[in-house]
Amino acid sequence: MNLASLSLYHQALLVAAALVLFTSFMMLATARIRPLIFAFAWQGALLAIVTALVALVSNHPHLYVSALLTLGLKALLIPWMLHRLSARLNILHEVEPIMHPSMMLVAGAMLVIFSYYVATPIVHLSTLVTRNTIAVSMAVILLGMLLMVSRSKAVAQVVGFMSIENGLFFAAVVSTYGMPMIVELGIAFDVLVAMVLFGVFFFQIRASIDSLDVDRMNRLSEKNE
Amino acid sequence: MALSIAYLAVIAALASAVIALGSNFRRNDVTRTLPFLLLGASGVAAVAAGGWALLDNLKLTQQLALGLPWMHWHLRLDALSGFFFAVVGILLVAVSFYGPAYVREFESSKQPLSVLGLFTGLFATGMLLVLLADDAFAFMVAWELMSVSSYFLVTYQHQNAPNRRAGFLYLLMAHVGALAILLGFGVLASFGGNFTFDAMRAATLTPLWASIAFALAFFGFGMKAGLVPVHAWLPEAHPVAPSHISALMSGVMLKVAVYGFIRVTYDLVGDIQWQWGLAVLIVGTASALLGVLYTLMQSDLKRLLAYSSVENIGIIFMGLGLSMIFLGTHHPVLGVIGLIAALYHVLNHAVFKGLLFLGAGAVLYRTHERDLEHLGGLIHRMPVTAALFLVGCISISALPPFNGFVSEWLTFQAALQTPKLESGVLRAILPIAAALLALTGALAAAAFVKVYGVAFLGKARDRRAAHAREVPAGMLIGMGMLALLCLVLGILPTTVIDVIDAVPQLLIGQAPPSLTAHGWLWLTPVSADIASYSAPLVLAAIVMTFFIGRLLLRRNANPIRYSAPWDCGFGPLNSRMQYTAAAFAQPIRRVFGGVWKVQEQVEVAHASAPATLVSGVRHQLHISDWSWIKLYEPIGSLVLTGARHIGRLHSGHIRTYLMYTFGTLLLLLWIVT
Amino acid sequence: MNPAPDPVLAWALALIQTLLFIAAAPLLAGWVKRIKCHMQNRAAPSLFQPYRDLSKLFRKDVVLAENASWLFRAAPYVVFGAFILAASVVPLVAAHLPTAAIADVIVLVGFFALARFFLALAGMDIGTAFGGMGSSREMTIASLAEPAMLMAVFTLAMIASTTNLSVVIEHNLHAGLVLRPSLLFALLALAMVAVAESGRIPVDNPATHLELTMVHEAMILEYSARHLALIEWASQIKLMIYAVLIANIFWPWGIAETFTATALAWGAVAITAKLALIGIFLVVWETVMAKMRLFRVPQFLGFAFLLALLGMLTHVILETGT
Repeated sequence: MNLASLSLYHQALLVAAALVLFTSFMMLATARIRPLIFAFAWQGALLAIVTALVALVSNHPHLYVSALLTLGLKALLIPWMLHRLSARLNILHEVEPIMHPSMMLVAGAMLVIFSYYVATPIVHLSTLVTRNTIAVSMAVILLGMLLMVSRSKAVAQVVGFMSIENGLFFAAVVSTYGMPMIVELGIAFDVLVAMVLFGVFFFQIRASIDSLDVDRMNRLSEKNE
Repeated sequence: MALSIAYLAVIAALASAVIALGSNFRRNDVTRTLPFLLLGASGVAAVAAGGWALLDNLKLTQQLALGLPWMHWHLRLDALSGFFFAVVGILLVAVSFYGPAYVREFESSKQPLSVLGLFTGLFATGMLLVLLADDAFAFMVAWELMSVSSYFLVTYQHQNAPNRRAGFLYLLMAHVGALAILLGFGVLASFGGNFTFDAMRAATLTPLWASIAFALAFFGFGMKAGLVPVHAWLPEAHPVAPSHISALMSGVMLKVAVYGFIRVTYDLVGDIQWQWGLAVLIVGTASALLGVLYTLMQSDLKRLLAYSSVENIGIIFMGLGLSMIFLGTHHPVLGVIGLIAALYHVLNHAVFKGLLFLGAGAVLYRTHERDLEHLGGLIHRMPVTAALFLVGCISISALPPFNGFVSEWLTFQAALQTPKLESGVLRAILPIAAALLALTGALAAAAFVKVYGVAFLGKARDRRAAHAREVPAGMLIGMGMLALLCLVLGILPTTVIDVIDAVPQLLIGQAPPSLTAHGWLWLTPVSADIASYSAPLVLAAIVMTFFIGRLLLRRNANPIRYSAPWDCGFGPLNSRMQYTAAAFAQPIRRVFGGVWKVQEQVEVAHASAPATLVSGVRHQLHISDWSWIKLYEPIGSLVLTGARHIGRLHSGHIRTYLMYTFGTLLLLLWIVT
Repeated sequence: MNPAPDPVLAWALALIQTLLFIAAAPLLAGWVKRIKCHMQNRAAPSLFQPYRDLSKLFRKDVVLAENASWLFRAAPYVVFGAFILAASVVPLVAAHLPTAAIADVIVLVGFFALARFFLALAGMDIGTAFGGMGSSREMTIASLAEPAMLMAVFTLAMIASTTNLSVVIEHNLHAGLVLRPSLLFALLALAMVAVAESGRIPVDNPATHLELTMVHEAMILEYSARHLALIEWASQIKLMIYAVLIANIFWPWGIAETFTATALAWGAVAITAKLALIGIFLVVWETVMAKMRLFRVPQFLGFAFLLALLGMLTHVILETGT
């Protein structure tokens, strides 16, 4: 495959996909909640751009609607809700020091290489123009899981969960040119409801264990009563 | 003819051992110098034989009526053994110049000098015989000779308990490694029919057994070479040996282990799988990185050089790993580049590590100090030693135009050929290994700035360092020889590669025509469009700039004025205000924190009145090797627990012993019927 | 393709380009200083002030500390020589000059390492705490910058299949308008490494007078007169080398590929414009950022390594393969 022989839009698609991976790493690296939410918002926006470019390159106009939906929901609405939630919980400027940032970097790189290894047979079988980015989408999913595992603050965990969902959407777009519209709308609505519920729950959690550190949730178990 | 010269080398080394016993009867200059003279002759013969074998791509074999009646010794001199023969020879010659003056230090000690000379000669004999061996029996006998004689050399000053402990650990690990090597030979011999290397070469192994043989050889030779995590003996044993022996051990004994690995993997097992190469690359990278990080934290000069040997062996194995990956994925030309990079680094490391250890020995000879924190300002007291040590430091930091740079550049060029591989995962992993090699190189430069800066520059921190004198001429000649070789190997890489060419031709069946295709001036691996390096032009440019600069700027200049250094107005500076070795390495210690086990204690003593006035600060820093705590101590305690359990058999009661005998008799009677 | 150029002309041009390079380095430093003063609303010195400073230093008498050794006196010459060599290898106005084949990118890094080694030793030579501190910090920062630099170089080398600078520039010139994510990441990583290695904010403050915040200045604290002039000039050449590398590798348009007068003139104009823009960008960056404390520099360089690593990974995953 010669990169120079692809159309300019296709090249832009690859650039946007690489930047999505970059935002995943940024989320792993930030210690504060506000930049974390911004990185997540950027990931959503870049994902919308990727979807729009896929629509352009592969001639599937329904993906424009998906792109718009992603932009509205993942880049604007959900980050705004997270921001408002954090402000009301007074944790917006909290700093959570990252344990062993170099280990995070190494683990992230290994996950990317692993997802490349896993995706190679799929890439060989696929005939879509976007097949090279399948590995990147899997990497975004795995990095989202790494984010959830490595953080102990509840808001960071939610961002990790949302990032996993981003990765799944990305994978759907590049491996099968999106899902049926009903499925997409359903998933989007579910994510929105989950966000609202998270908001309610965080206040409850803080009321019962007096902190939003998920490691302290073991206070709720019976032997600690 | 070349084989006869090789025999001459071995016999001369053996003769030097025997003659050394003579110093028991009469101690004068002759009995001290003669063994070293013979050792030097052995070295010259070794270089001659090795060079001849390389230049003519010889393959000479002979069967000697030594050994057991039905298992004669087979000996062989080919390009591979010739190359390592030459490496051993170079260092033997350097040590033979250095030795006579250096061993005067041991004349007044309690143990006899003859023992030192005897075992030095036996050590050299053992190493040369390992390189010549063409069957497993001769190989193992020579290997044991090498290990045991070096054990006696390590424990030469056995009055100190730490020396005895270091010697014990060394002997233990040497034998565990030898056992693994023997098992590896056993696997090969079972497929080949008998113990000769020819039979092993002809044998075809199933992939599983080939991997087992490779794993055993890798473990055994890796343990002797000092790969992480089986390196623990290296930093213990190399510092306590006399310095010229440390130079031989670090410079050539580790290379004999590399020779064994190459011989078994490339020659005897043959069909290399790329997974082996990946394992070698990973272990090599880990050794290089951990080796250099431990180097940075040492303040004992010789221990620091020993850890640096771990790092360089890691770099050599990285080159070998890259070569094996390319060979396993059917790119033989690229595999040749990796092999040449590794062999060049073998030669370079022998030369500059030998130079550094001999230099450390010179410092030890005059100041009786190994601790960097007690040295300083030696460039003014020992100018020639300082200049030669500087050459060694520049070479080991892989800086142009000296030799260390050429082998590292070749390793990078070999790693840069990754786009030609088919497997995407390998194409992602190899650049990461190369980036870690770059990190290693930069950290090594930092380590040697620390060594040279603290030991030779600045002001003397101790009375003995302040009163040091230059060492005798013999020692300077030995070191000077190696320094000159560092420069020559750095500015004439094409000539050196033309000579080493025969080894890949022997092992892989391909020569790299492109490396020297553009003449002696340009080094071009793969092709001139891809990368080129002209070392002679670099040297010429630097020398020209130097002279033009001095010429232009020194005209009409007033003489230089000397004055006190900048002290912020606080008054005269003393030698305690300089940076110490631990202080120099502190930023790196903080950045790479988890790699070492660091125990740091600061005690602040206050004056009686006023109580806030500080009268003294005591800082204790102890840095230990994690592998010792996580790997060796658990294994050690496991072995001791097992031994204790078995020891319960020795209950001390006579009737229990009679019962053992009775029970065995019953068992045997039952089996027979 | 171009006919083989006359070797004498080629070598002469190479020599002229090298001399032009080292002569223009103080001009770049003067330009950066001037823009910085304008941004900070101060009166700016003349564009040619660095030349006046250098000639003043060359005329002064040398004063050395009492226990300076021969290494201290020789180090400035070695450093300057290494940088002249580096300047001869980097294509400034024309590509395919014969000096570009003496060394490739990795050897270029080796030249910088040689200069740094001698400078660090010179810092330790006098035996004061400042010199040791500067040397220790400089070697730490340099070792952390090396993997990022090499990974970025690797990405470039994998794209262009070569480490020879002329061939890389030619490849990028003839590739046309291609959006490569790996080049984007490599550019960002190289820019961050360049900032760290040339001792600019946020890693080191070139204008500081406080010894405890110095890195480069602490090592050369004891130098005076012509030695100091050579070292100052060498650090200006270093900044220019990094700027020219970034300008000509990532935006190679305008560089001369033949040795005709018009091509060379265009090459000179192009590189002047690119360097002026890079100077402005550097000043904006330095004014916006604050100097980091020493133990945050590893995070800065770790981020650079992350970018370079991503560049390599996106190249392998997205840009090659079926």
